[in-house]
Amino acid sequence: MQITCRINNREFIREIEPDLLLIDFVRSLGFKSVKRGCDTSNCGLCTVWVDEKPVLSCSVLAARVNHRIVTTLEGLEEEAKAVGRFLAKEGAEQCGFCSPGLIMNILAMKKEFKTPTTDDIKQYLAGNLCRCSGYESQLRAIEKYFDLEGKNQ
Amino acid sequence: MKTVNQGIEKIDAMSLLTGKAVYTDDLALENCLVVKVLRSPHAFAKIKDIDLTDAMKIEGMECILTYRDVPNKRFTMAGQSYPEPSPYDRLILDRMVRYVGDPMAIAAGTSEKAVDKALKLIHVSYDLLDPVLDPDKALDHKSIIHPEADYHVNGDIGNEVKRNLCASGEFSAGDVENEFSRCCVIVDRVYHTKANNQAMMETHRSFSYPDHAGRLVICSSTQIPFHVRRIAATALDIPKSRIRVIKPKVGGGFGAKQTLVSELFPALVTMKTGKPAKMVFDRSETFTASTSRHEMKIRVRIGADKAGHILAIQMDTLSNTGAYGEHGPTTVGLSGHKAMSLYNRAKAVQFTYKVVYTNTMSAGAYRGYGATQGTFALESAVNELSDLLSMDPLQLRLKNILKSGDTVAAYYGETINSCPLPACIQKGREMIGWDRKFPFRKISPTRIRAVGAAIAMQGSGIPDIDRASARVEVQEGGFYTLMIGAADMGTGCDTILAQMAAESLGCDMDKIVVSSVDTDASPYDTGSYASSTTYVTGMAVVKACEELKRKIEAKGIYPALSASATHSSPVSPPPFMAGFSEIEMDLETGETKVVEFVGVVDCGTPINPSLARVQTEGGIVQGIGMALYEDISYNPKGKMTRDSFMQYKIPSRLDVGRVRVEFESSYEPTGPFGAKSIGEVVINTPSPAIAHAIHNAAGIYLRKLPMTAETIFMTLKEQKTAWPSVLKN
Repeated sequence: MQITCRINNREFIREIEPDLLLIDFVRSLGFKSVKRGCDTSNCGLCTVWVDEKPVLSCSVLAARVNHRIVTTLEGLEEEAKAVGRFLAKEGAEQCGFCSPGLIMNILAMKKEFKTPTTDDIKQYLAGNLCRCSGYESQLRAIEKYFDLEGKNQ
Repeated sequence: MKTVNQGIEKIDAMSLLTGKAVYTDDLALENCLVVKVLRSPHAFAKIKDIDLTDAMKIEGMECILTYRDVPNKRFTMAGQSYPEPSPYDRLILDRMVRYVGDPMAIAAGTSEKAVDKALKLIHVSYDLLDPVLDPDKALDHKSIIHPEADYHVNGDIGNEVKRNLCASGEFSAGDVENEFSRCCVIVDRVYHTKANNQAMMETHRSFSYPDHAGRLVICSSTQIPFHVRRIAATALDIPKSRIRVIKPKVGGGFGAKQTLVSELFPALVTMKTGKPAKMVFDRSETFTASTSRHEMKIRVRIGADKAGHILAIQMDTLSNTGAYGEHGPTTVGLSGHKAMSLYNRAKAVQFTYKVVYTNTMSAGAYRGYGATQGTFALESAVNELSDLLSMDPLQLRLKNILKSGDTVAAYYGETINSCPLPACIQKGREMIGWDRKFPFRKISPTRIRAVGAAIAMQGSGIPDIDRASARVEVQEGGFYTLMIGAADMGTGCDTILAQMAAESLGCDMDKIVVSSVDTDASPYDTGSYASSTTYVTGMAVVKACEELKRKIEAKGIYPALSASATHSSPVSPPPFMAGFSEIEMDLETGETKVVEFVGVVDCGTPINPSLARVQTEGGIVQGIGMALYEDISYNPKGKMTRDSFMQYKIPSRLDVGRVRVEFESSYEPTGPFGAKSIGEVVINTPSPAIAHAIHNAAGIYLRKLPMTAETIFMTLKEQKTAWPSVLKN
């Protein structure tokens, strides 16, 4: 089947298999930031946005993004760097494999919360697993990021 | 110091954080054959026949390989220096399958769909054998798991393979029975730790291709590039010089990647077909067909006099190595030595062990490597001892632990240069508010908060065996390339080694370039495991830089001026940690959460305090998972019951409370800039500290991990006497 969609502000028209998953679709187009950590919608690593809303790309058929807008971390380079600087300062990225999915959700959270509390952050990001960091350094980084964002507004 | 002991950002931070294509699967060639493995559905069987006729009819199939197609040379997949202590008990594909998940056929095709379809059409017939599933019944079981004639061990490891005994041994110093006869209090208990999965976010994966000279290139997510080269050469029966191993960025390892897991399957396909091939394990395969932590049952006998002087410690470990012996003979040693050494005031110590084969997934390396299991056992016993003595558990420890300057018989006779453990205990005591909170506080009619504590040590590399080298070279324009063979798996070793180089050479960090490992270009290193990289590879870097400095002073600085150094340490100075947990328990449901965990660590000089802190926080949270939820278990037929993150729960950010870390840094004279290791010691204290807190909350000793809400509830119910008395307070 043929689908048409915008990924990171570029239009793609592609012939796909009907059972192709969104994660495999975007990776095949070169958007390698999207990672697979499980096969059961538990880890959050494969998070992308469809029409600006975070979804698990391992659990969405590529066919479902027909005529929709998909964003991966490659499409948010500057925003990713802005969050990334805080994570890097804490050494929170460690192996880095969960970072793209985490940052996609941090940026999604930013659209919903101006000044999230610690609880808001933990709740919002509960689906983003990380095995290296123990989450503390991520929390320190995210709180500092939102502090600064709050001050800038 | 300008760069060492500074919390410098990782040199690869921004590329990781912006999602650049730097991991194995991101770099794989587009035209790789897709490789998958048909796995045994039986725990123990002999293959009668494999019929590939139907499977090979599928369009797009390139080849399907079986036991008929592999070299008949046994080897071990354990990433250890040659001659490996692990037995040579494997073939790439064996006619005998020894656990549910053991590979039976390797299928390669042009698409995943074709391969999946073909796997379903491979017809296998078996002679079913009686599996050994219980480690307690493995010894002298009528089923012999490795009856093969070409089974081989490299040295005396106390192996009696026909008895399903992979390894055994003993160690003693002093006369334990005599000392026990002088004790007025003795704890004698068995502690049981389960197999755990390392659960790094990037599953096992590798790809291979032939290079311009017809050599085999293996690109793998591994901690042990040089061991992969050697082991693959043995397994594939080709010269080592015909293999090149490349290690890109690695998405976590924790020991899982200290063993070959995926590498040989695509490599064999490339050898047979001459084509690029790739294998990516899915999560279920990573759970069921890799390696786990060794399950151990550890009997501890520990006795003290009335004043709380520990006189004798006896530990006896039964370790379950599963179907293959990867790391079996070595992990078990740490369960005794790295626990007992903490209590060097004891007059006599004895350690005996057996490692048995069973028809479950092979165990292997996982952060802590046996010390974690031994620490849970011994530290729990010490907490029980303090209870019997009615002595503050911290006081009991301060009375009995090792000190700087001690020569420790149980620690291979090494002399300890740097041990600030008393300061770690004192600082942690203040941070957690021990004196206010011990043993428990009732916060509602049904909820209790309680604290618990434990201490731990580890090593820094394997003495005289781990070997690391470094090469530093002046480049045009006045920057330096630092070539290392140590494998950064997310830990940040590329960064901290660059920090050491910058400090030694007196330049800025941006003048140091570090490459990923490529066995054709990088200098030899045994790999990143056994807490070796900071301490062993770090020394190699310092030596190489000092040598280069001498050359620059003598000859001036010019491009191509270079220096190399190799380092191996005769000692393995232990890092130390004191861990304190505060838990909240719901007495009606048994639900227990860690409200706060405090870790005070001595890793010598922290080369990068930010990264050392994150290592510690991460290790603590893995330890909390081990303590409370993580459990590899099998159904009665030997099939693993939890093979996804849906069932095998690792802690999420909602599951852990605050984790607070401080350092009490000693200076280790044999380490680079005074550094020791950090990576492993940090996982050892959570299990015993949480078990202690659970006891302080509810009066129950849980001696088996994990300590789930269900176990706590059922134990509370059984021991009705314990908890109502707590509730009365």
